[in-house]
Amino acid sequence: MNFVLIFLITIFSLSLFFYGRSKTKSISIEKNIKLNALPKFYGYYLVLWCSIPSLVFLLIWTLFEPVIIKSIIIETAANQGAIFNDKNEANLIYEKIKAIYAGTYFGDIDIILKESALSYAKFINLFTNSKIVLIFGIVIASVIYSLKKIKNNNKARDDVEVILKGLLFASSLIAILTTLGIIFSLLFESIKFFSVINIFDYLFGTNWSPQRAFVSDASAITAAEYDELKDAFGFIPLIAGTSFIAFIAMLVAVPIGLFSGIYMAEYASVKIRRISKPIIEILAGIPTVVYGFFAALTVGPFFRQIGENLGLTVSSESALAAGLIMGIMIIPYVSSLSDDVINSVPQSLRDGSYAVGATKSETIKKVVIPAALPGIIGSVLLAVSRAIGETMIVVMAAGLAANLTINPLESTTTITTQIVMILVGDQEFDSPKTQSAFALGLTLFIATLVLNYIAQRAVKKYREKYD
Amino acid sequence: MTKEERLKKRHSAEKRFRFYGLASIFVALLFVLILVHNIFSKGSSAFMKTAINVEVFFDQELLEIKNGATEDQILEADFYDITIESLLKVFPAQDLDQENQLIDLFTTDAEIEIKRAFLKNNNLIGKKINLEITASDDIDQLHKGNYPRDLPEDRRRISDFQLIIYDNLVENKKIIKNFNNYFFKNGDSRDPELAGIGGALIGSFYSIIICLLLAFPVAVLASIYLEEFAPKNKITDFIEININNLAAVPSIVYGLLALQILLATIQLPRSTPLVAGITLALMTLPRIIIPCRASLKAVPPSIREGALAVGASKFQSVFHHVVPLALPGTLSGTIIGLAQALGETAPLILIGMVAFVVDIPSTPIDPSSSLPVQVYLWSESAERGFVEKTSATIMMLLSFLIVMNFLAVYLRQKFEKRWN
Repeated sequence: MNFVLIFLITIFSLSLFFYGRSKTKSISIEKNIKLNALPKFYGYYLVLWCSIPSLVFLLIWTLFEPVIIKSIIIETAANQGAIFNDKNEANLIYEKIKAIYAGTYFGDIDIILKESALSYAKFINLFTNSKIVLIFGIVIASVIYSLKKIKNNNKARDDVEVILKGLLFASSLIAILTTLGIIFSLLFESIKFFSVINIFDYLFGTNWSPQRAFVSDASAITAAEYDELKDAFGFIPLIAGTSFIAFIAMLVAVPIGLFSGIYMAEYASVKIRRISKPIIEILAGIPTVVYGFFAALTVGPFFRQIGENLGLTVSSESALAAGLIMGIMIIPYVSSLSDDVINSVPQSLRDGSYAVGATKSETIKKVVIPAALPGIIGSVLLAVSRAIGETMIVVMAAGLAANLTINPLESTTTITTQIVMILVGDQEFDSPKTQSAFALGLTLFIATLVLNYIAQRAVKKYREKYD
Repeated sequence: MTKEERLKKRHSAEKRFRFYGLASIFVALLFVLILVHNIFSKGSSAFMKTAINVEVFFDQELLEIKNGATEDQILEADFYDITIESLLKVFPAQDLDQENQLIDLFTTDAEIEIKRAFLKNNNLIGKKINLEITASDDIDQLHKGNYPRDLPEDRRRISDFQLIIYDNLVENKKIIKNFNNYFFKNGDSRDPELAGIGGALIGSFYSIIICLLLAFPVAVLASIYLEEFAPKNKITDFIEININNLAAVPSIVYGLLALQILLATIQLPRSTPLVAGITLALMTLPRIIIPCRASLKAVPPSIREGALAVGASKFQSVFHHVVPLALPGTLSGTIIGLAQALGETAPLILIGMVAFVVDIPSTPIDPSSSLPVQVYLWSESAERGFVEKTSATIMMLLSFLIVMNFLAVYLRQKFEKRWN
């Protein structure tokens, strides 16, 4: 249906373009007046007026129609005597009604649902019809308005440009809408979670085992149940595991990345630089799931084999394997940024150092790096935020159980792993377990935001210093 | 310490420092090589599949159809009996247990393969033909040398009797390797020898196209606004900060966003390329806007001033002169953004693309998988055959990424103007 409407609107707008262009041309010849814009702008003007309001309306309508119909249908079903206790059962009944309507439901259809399916059909019809009528109304109204305008010889180019500018502005607002969407969707579920679990129990609890939390009705929890629950959602082991793996990753990425950045900025010839820089950046372009596969199937078992030979017990999902591979993934983030940062240290500083007899490495160690330090720290912080937000490597190569350990050979888990584990497969909405994933997401979002903010400030400040 | 000794020490420190730099670049390069080698050596065998040459006799009594039967009749006919008959003739089996072991050498789809051969030529009743029936995963892996045969019998998946048959078949040159069309054609399957990336390829294709259609226009328009029209004020600053922050938000957070807004609130269908495309578009948008703005910024102001000087409006100067000049950079930024989106896994897992989908999706609102998610799914499977399938999928994924990145570099180098 929507496609037909969009198609019709497009065709109609296009024909309006030609109409507007020739109409204004003929007006100008007939009445012998000078047009305020080239004829094609009158065409554009009509096209924009015909299409934008109706398409925006169609979009909004399509987004909200199912939600509204659903709430109406569930209400009518309840009035007719359908019984459901919570949201999940209501959803199930709604799906059944829809299936009956579509004729894909096999099995006994009870009379209440049949009635509801009939009223569902009625509402769908009603909504579709009113959608078509409204869209026609909008198209006609806006076309009449714009035709009147062009007959009065408006300044069509200016008007078109105002509309287009609005369109450009609207596109740039999508970034803000996305941010708002992220914040709201995370907050919405997190607030529900924190209304059940005390935020301090979450932040300072030392035990994470959400699978223990079966609560049928999250709104009415007894004190005994709560004692059980608050112990299941302790954040400490997750942040410990996440930081631990990120720390191992940094142990790999910072020295290698920094040294390759320094080498490329200070020593490498143009030729070597031109070859090696893109190859190192390949590391950032490889999908993380590939690293995860490599870590889980090759590196993990390899470490366990070495451990066995040395008489150590190494978990095949060790923090070491995940951290090492993550570190390699992050090398280019460190090396590219520190390369840039070092390159923007003014040559005069180096020349001064050479003039008093320092060797190249001494200059780098004593002059260039201290001068570039804020920028380097910024790039390392960006890399850290990459590491704690990285998902696939840890999901595939690190463990699932939340151990509070600092032994790199044991398995630990991370925030992102837990989000995936909780949300994969069937989820019961409105259970503290599902909501905890959003609380974790919120924590992760805030943590990366803070890290990025500090890092960007550091890099910016450093740039300003030498610009 | 004398002066000379000190100088020598300083010079060797210099050499050491330089060596560290070179060594770390070398380590990074070495890792790329190891990774690529590891994936290719594991995955290249997946492009061939093992088949066993079987003589099939189309017995009219067992089939209960005649020569020249219509397609419907053939599809309805029961090929099970002649399949079993033909497979059992491959090697003499003593008892029921051995017969079962013999049949286990072939894929579970043997019956369908025979039926397909009959569909191609429906005059085969009463005739004997040689067909290449796909071997089971265990035989496939054994034949490719991925499966150790020197384990004790109770620890391997292939029995001694099956090994005897296998050796006999190899001796009689009945075992063939041919191109693994199933790998590209089929959807997911529990049997590694039948599993393919057909569904994942189509799913990825739809997702990326939707992502492109949504993200590219919005990103270009937004960067034109920010770079050319936006007044310097608080709102513009706020939008800029927002875009930079969004580019650094972990991808899994976009999965949570999609779960809450697209699936729970707007109720788009789960596990579909449509939702995946929208999610990826939201995620890619800031990553495209940043290079787009850079390429707009690289167009020198003299171009704009020249256009304005001959009477063009601001819009005309931007859309007729600046945007076409910035287009190569814009496109290459978009392609790199799409390449990242193609390899993205975590948000797709959250929106349910991990579902086991056998059917190849025909529209973007059918449940589907995608290439990286397929890698994740198969890597969790225990069967040995899935290791090579996973590696081969990674090879496909990497080759797409390489092509896209080369295209981006080519566009930039070929069409981008250098201004200084």
